[in-house]
Order: sequence, then C-alpha cells, then structure tokens
Amino acid sequence: MRADVAVIGGGPAGLAAAVAAKRAGAERVVVIERDVRLGGILPQCIHTGFGLKWFGEELTGPEYAARFVDEAASAGVEFMLETMVLEVTQDRRVAAVSPHHGFVVLQCGAIILAMGCRERPRGALVLPGTRPVGIFTAGTAQRLVNIEGVLPGRQAVILGSGDVGLIMARRLTLEGVKVQAVVEIMTYPGGLARNIQQCLRDFDIPLYLGHTISRIHGRDRLEGVSVAPVDDAKVPIASAEWFIPCDTLLLSVGLIPENELSAACGIELDPATGGPVVTDEMETSVPGIFACGNVVHVHDLVDHVTEDGMVAGAAAAARARVAARTPVLGEAGKDAGLESLQAIRTTGEIRPGRNVRYVVPQRFVRHGDAVPAAAAAAARTLTISLRPSEPAENVVLEVSIAGRVLRRQRKQKVRPGEMMQVNVDRLAIPSEKGDALTVSIVER
Amino acid sequence: MKADVAIIGAGVIGAAIAREMARYDLAVVLLEREVEPAFGTSKANSGVVHAGFHSAPGTLEASLCVEGNAMFDEIAAELSVPFRRNGCLMVAMSPEEVDVLREHLDRGRRNGVPGLRLLDAGEARALEPGLAPEVVGALHAPTSGIVCPYQLTFALVENAVANGVRFMAGSPVTSLHVREGRIAAVETAEAIIETTWVVNAAGLFADQIAAMAGDESFEIRPRKGEEYLLDKRVGSLVRSTVFPVPTPVSKGILVIPTADGNIMVGPTAEDVSDRLDLATTRAGFEAVFAAARRMVPAVSPRDVIASFAGLRAASSERDFIIRPSGVTRGMVHVAGIESPGLTAAPAIARMVVGILRDEGLEARARRGFNPIRPAPVRFSQLSRAEQARLVESDPSFGRIVCRCETVTEAEVLDAIRRGARTVDGVKLRTRAGMGRCQGGFCMPRVMKILSRELGVPLEAITKRGPSSPIAPYPAKALLREAQEEAGDGPGPAVAHVSHHMSPATGR
Repeated sequence: MRADVAVIGGGPAGLAAAVAAKRAGAERVVVIERDVRLGGILPQCIHTGFGLKWFGEELTGPEYAARFVDEAASAGVEFMLETMVLEVTQDRRVAAVSPHHGFVVLQCGAIILAMGCRERPRGALVLPGTRPVGIFTAGTAQRLVNIEGVLPGRQAVILGSGDVGLIMARRLTLEGVKVQAVVEIMTYPGGLARNIQQCLRDFDIPLYLGHTISRIHGRDRLEGVSVAPVDDAKVPIASAEWFIPCDTLLLSVGLIPENELSAACGIELDPATGGPVVTDEMETSVPGIFACGNVVHVHDLVDHVTEDGMVAGAAAAARARVAARTPVLGEAGKDAGLESLQAIRTTGEIRPGRNVRYVVPQRFVRHGDAVPAAAAAAARTLTISLRPSEPAENVVLEVSIAGRVLRRQRKQKVRPGEMMQVNVDRLAIPSEKGDALTVSIVER
Repeated sequence: MKADVAIIGAGVIGAAIAREMARYDLAVVLLEREVEPAFGTSKANSGVVHAGFHSAPGTLEASLCVEGNAMFDEIAAELSVPFRRNGCLMVAMSPEEVDVLREHLDRGRRNGVPGLRLLDAGEARALEPGLAPEVVGALHAPTSGIVCPYQLTFALVENAVANGVRFMAGSPVTSLHVREGRIAAVETAEAIIETTWVVNAAGLFADQIAAMAGDESFEIRPRKGEEYLLDKRVGSLVRSTVFPVPTPVSKGILVIPTADGNIMVGPTAEDVSDRLDLATTRAGFEAVFAAARRMVPAVSPRDVIASFAGLRAASSERDFIIRPSGVTRGMVHVAGIESPGLTAAPAIARMVVGILRDEGLEARARRGFNPIRPAPVRFSQLSRAEQARLVESDPSFGRIVCRCETVTEAEVLDAIRRGARTVDGVKLRTRAGMGRCQGGFCMPRVMKILSRELGVPLEAITKRGPSSPIAPYPAKALLREAQEEAGDGPGPAVAHVSHHMSPATGR
C-alpha cells in the first residue's frame, strides 16, 4: 500500500496534522490509530477547558476531538482504527497490524509521528511498602471512571500535582469519592495555576507541597499511605510522617513522550524533552519523518498540540509532493529527491540557556535558503516553545545569537509547570551560519 | 469427592509433584489457596537455576540441587518454558574473598557440580566486561541457568491437568481428617476430599498444615527478599548471573539477567514474623543497590521499573524437610524449601513419589502420559512474516492489547483458556502489563477481556483474587449511597449535595 502522508496516532496532534496535510494538497492521507476510536486521550477528558486559544470557546475533550474528526473525515482523510504500528523505517515504510486490515505495510511520501505520551508508573518512583490493588496512574483511573464507568474506591490520595491528577481530584470528588490530599514532592505545583484553583481550592482539597508518600500500606487492598515532608535531598523526614487512610492512590508524577518507534527507527532524540529533535517545520533528523504534539514534548494545552500538528501536516504534505516527483530508487527505497533536498537545506540550532530546561524546535530552517517544501517556514515568525528549569519571578526571557539580543520579554512569574512561547522575527536573525540561537531566563 | 493423593499447594514444588504423579495411574488432586498457581513465593523467585556449589555437601539441598539442575534442559523443552544456561560468576572483591571462592570450588566439586573453574580478574572481566575494577577473581559455573519461575509453575500445572490431575484453585485447606493415626480426608471451604495420602507442599503455611494433622515437628520462619527489576533497555549489563561471596543466611544480593531479558537485582534477606509481609523498604532498596553496584557499577536505581518482595519459606531446620510425617501416617512433608528450591523442584518431585511408594502407595505407570505442553504463541518474538501469517489466520492476533510488550488479544484469550482468572494471572502468563508503562495502558483492556470471557461484570475483575477487586463500584454508586444514608428520597444526586451543604454554607 502507498500513502502520501501517514500519521501515526489519531489524537489531537495527528488529527490536526492530517487535516493540515489535506489542506496543503496531499492526496492520500492515512491516520493509523491503535484505539477503537479517534481522539487519543481526549475522549476520556470530559471536563471543559479545551479550545480557548484555538477556537475561542471552552469545549470538553470529546467536543474538541469531534471538530477535528469531522473536518478530517469530510476532507477525505482515511482512518485505520485498532491498528498498531510495529515499525517505522528510515525509508518511510510503516508496518502495522490490525484485526480489520491484517498485517499492513505502507510506503509513504512522508510520515508524521503523533504517538503522544504515557504516564510515569509507580515502579519508576520506588515507593516503599506493599503492592496492593488500588494504585493507578491518574490517566488510567480517568479511563476507568469516564469510559468504563467504574470507580476504583471510596477514599483517594493523589501523589503528584500534574494536571491529570488535579483534574481527577475534582472528578472523583464529584463522583462521591473523598479525596483526602494531593501530595507533591516539589515546593511548587506541577500543574496549571487554574487547575490548582478550580480542582483543589474550590473543593477544599488540601495540597501538601514539599511532601511525598513514604510508605504504602495494605495487603490485598490499599489501606492507606504514610505521608512525610522531604528534606533538601528529597528524602522523607521519618519523624514528621503521618498516616492517611485511603483505598485509592492516584499517581500524577509526570508524562513521558512515547518514542519507542522513533528510537528504533534511529531518529535523534533530545534527552531534555524525551522527544525527537525537530526543526521549526517539525521535521525530525530523518528526512521525510515529522513529529508533533506530546511525542515531541509534553504540552500543557491541547491548543498548542493542534498548532504543532498544523505545522507538521503542511510541511509533510510538501515533502510528500517532492517524494512523489522522484521515483523510489533501488531496493532500499531511498529516494534521491529527499536526500538532495536534505543536503541543500541548512538549519541553525536553538539551544536552552540559563534557567531553560528545553526548547522546541531545537533547529530552524534558515531564512533565504531555497527550500521548496517549506510552506510553514515561509512565515516570518519563528515560534519557540520552552520550559524554565526553576520557578522565578520578575525575570526577562531573552533570545540571543552570538551575544546579540534579538528579543527580550518581561515575565512576572515563570514556572516549570507552564510552557512559554516566544516569537522571533526571522529577518532579524543574522544570515551567517554556525551560531546558535540561545533562549535564557535572566534577572531583570 | 475421592482421590488417591491430595497435594496441598500449587507453587513450583506442589506443581512439580503433581506433574510427576500424573505419570501414574492415580486420582490426584492439587489444592491451592490462591485463585491461581504460583501466586505465593514462586512468583517472586529470582529464577536462578543454581549450579549447586553453595550448599553444604551431604545435605538434601546439595544433592537435589545438582540433580534438579541436570533435569532442566529436558523439563524446559517438554513444557516449552524459556530456559537458558547463562552461567554464573561468584566474584571476590579481596584476597580473603578469593579464599572463599576456593572453598566453594571444593564444595561444588564434592557436590558433583560440573565445569567449575576459578578465574583471575582478567578472565572474569573478559567474560563480563561490566564487572567492577575491584573484582580480583571469580568462580565460574557454566551450568547455572535462568528460568521464569511462574511460567514454569503454570506449565507444570497445565501439563499435570492435561494428564488427568484435578486442580482446585481458591481452595484453602480448612482441616485435615485423621482416623486411627492415618490421613482420612482433606477439607476445604467447598469440598471434602476423601484420601489416604496427603503431600504437604504448602510453602509458607506448611507448618500450619502439619499442625492440622497433629504434627508440630517443624516451624516455618519466613525470610523476606526484596527484588528490583530494571528496564529491558539495560538488559545486557551482564550475561551471567553475578553473585557476591555468600553471607551466613543467604547467597547475597545478585545481579540476575532474567529469562525475559530484564536485569533484576536482589534479594535482601530479612527474617520476618508475618508470613504475609511483602512490603519493600527504603533500607532494602538502598542495600540492594549498594551491593549490586559494588560488583556491577552500571546498575542504576534510575532504571527500576518494578520492585517487589517475596518470602522464602525457610524453616526451623537447616535443610529441606522432605519426609513422611512422624505423627500421622499418609502425610509427606515437603517443607522448608528455600533456595535452591526452584532448581531442585524436578528432583524433589521424583523423590516425593519415591517416598510415597516406599510408604505403600501403589502406583502403576499411566499409559498415554504426554509430557509435552504446547508452547503458547509469543507474537512479539516472531518474524514479521510469521506475524503476518498469524494475523491472517486469526484477526485477534492483530489486536494489540499491551503496547509495551506487544501482547495480542489472541495471547490474552489463550492465557484465559489455560487458566488465567485475574489481571495478574494474565500478566504473568502473557507479560501484558510488565513493560515500561506497567499496565497503565493495557490494564483496563485486560479487565474488559476478562469480564467478557468469564461472563462477570467489570466491577468483579480482580488483581489477584476475591480480596483485590480493581474497580469495585459502578459509576454513581457512591453518590446514591450517600444520598440514601442522608435519608433523602430518590432524586438527582446533585440536589442532595446542595441540600446537605446549605446549612454549613449559610445559604
């Protein structure tokens, strides 16, 4: 089988990318989704708060997803549901299995990786104590409650203050579950300020910052947790420990971009984000393979995921056109068109500076280069997303190159839990090559 | 119900005995208190098939370990259980410890362990480049192997059942009937099994079972071991199992390549009074990594994907207890089986049948005994062409349930056909939920398949038996309950909440 653009993952990033690829003229666009339905994690996110930026409206997760599903369907995007991709290769083949389509190999003009992210499990935390039933990642609990219609217990504690955990604190409360506490090891919350207010404070749920769970109790079923403040080395202070009875513990302790396929394909990953290194067109280190959404880095808002997807989709459609013009050569399926394109294209680097944990994109296509595919890069503005390493107040976000400051933005408050974006005028970037753009957060 | 022999306990020991007894024309019942086999000590075992140089010469441990080790190639092949002779190294970190290696070389030779050899530092590192520079020498045992302990147990039970053994899970023994000094019946919550022969392979509870027949000749003294499993990403840190020189109570903390391609580090050794104490501890975690990193410095706590503890069914005696009861005729104890019990299991099984026959059990070979247990399909380990062929023949091979370990719906269905009744049972048989996301993705999916196949509601699905339901309440059940408790009539739950709140908020 052939596809101009294959999108791996039918969540918000993949749907936006598929829609954009169609809009940009790609003929056969196929979305490969492993679940029985499209939308990724959105169908289980029945709360509101989606779409304020993209649509200027407050939608639920299913509503937000439905808009893109409808648009993609009417644009003629093809969907392969319950289809799991087993392998992606550098010569742009996708191998997948499905009960409906059997074993499929797609030869693609361009591939868009949109596999999203997964939750950090308990094992990664090494929580001492027993292994009773009743411990779930927040997202798994969300699926059980909102999709499967069953409740895990009566009294819950939530470890970690990531957004999914905060949302579930409210959701469980509304289902009649007593949420005893949210416990966060850092001295600042992991989730959005609005979720701290709307999901915890509005329901009088206590948030213990600088605390962790020091022991799990209960044999077959969870009976409670010991909670303790932590010292500077994040080790629980045993003398200050106390017990909270509960039969449910939700973990909201971080999300990990899901890049097993990318790594197996030999795509360069950024250890800071856990996702592929991408250009501002969302192209990875392998020509013709793009990535967008949470597979690149974990976003706070779905609206930003959609923006990524739109960029990736348009650029992938352009790449697919180039691939279609140049016939596949040889057994390996390598094509001269993309290789030569990669050779003439020059990119600059974007690097995280002081108090910046990561930047995305990590590379940008230099203005003035002859890049036929670069529909998105034709725009004058280069948007850089970033997260600070540490919370800070009254600071300046600075973008510089070779000691020259291109952009300064005052910020009252920055927190690792809130992604920031900064725009740079491409025309202002000097054309000499070799120097990297550096993004820093500095004292005012 | 009548039986010739009742075996109490479906851990690896009871299962191996059941399978051995299936070779004879006897009515055998295998009883297990948990809802599935291997749910006790066997599922938390390190999986090391020991060479046999640790045990003191002349003990049952020593002879049964060496004998059992030699039986593993055949039994693993017959039962289609992954088994690998990866060899082991006992490493010395000082000249004094080299003396300990020599003692064990001597011990091993006296026990009849083949192929033992002392290596100098260079030879040891040539074999295992991951060893610490401080390692000054090692004892190499090429016959040491690794097996998956619960896969082996499941396979033994399956093969026993295929050959006529009756397996009764979820059947804790509540009493033993003794008539005129001889076993007469075994009683469980649901059944009375009339039998004159009982094999006590009850592991951590073997002394309690013995006491039910008036035999208090030994006591089980559980010793806890914590294990930490690392991501497959670092699965090639070592090829051989790496031991330190042993402590007085255990073989020490090891670095173990598992049969599934992970690295496991542990176990600790801590005497505990509670036979259900399976808690891991911060101290245990620190001790395990300190000890493992001394030998293999690249072992890192950052790669941990799961941690757990198991209890060795150690006893008041210094050797395995494998003997007829001195108090009640018809009862044979197979107790105090700690390490190297997994290795010795096939040899123990043979020995127990011998004891029963010596004691007067008539056992004629069963015609048509089939030692082969067909291999379950492992989709993730097949070539793309084989995968394509399977999906073509059965679409449920195309439905991936566990994405981390690429486990298909067909494999989950097969596990249920083979006896899985719980989420853990599916996990241990198929590896669904054992990967890096630890079931976050597949657990609700496995629950739904179990619910559908077993014909029970989703709320009734458990992790490992009746006392561990995963999500026991239907949506809105708690709201309705609160409403009823408040004495409100029927009505929307929301109305109840606002009514309840109004006095407090003053509205």
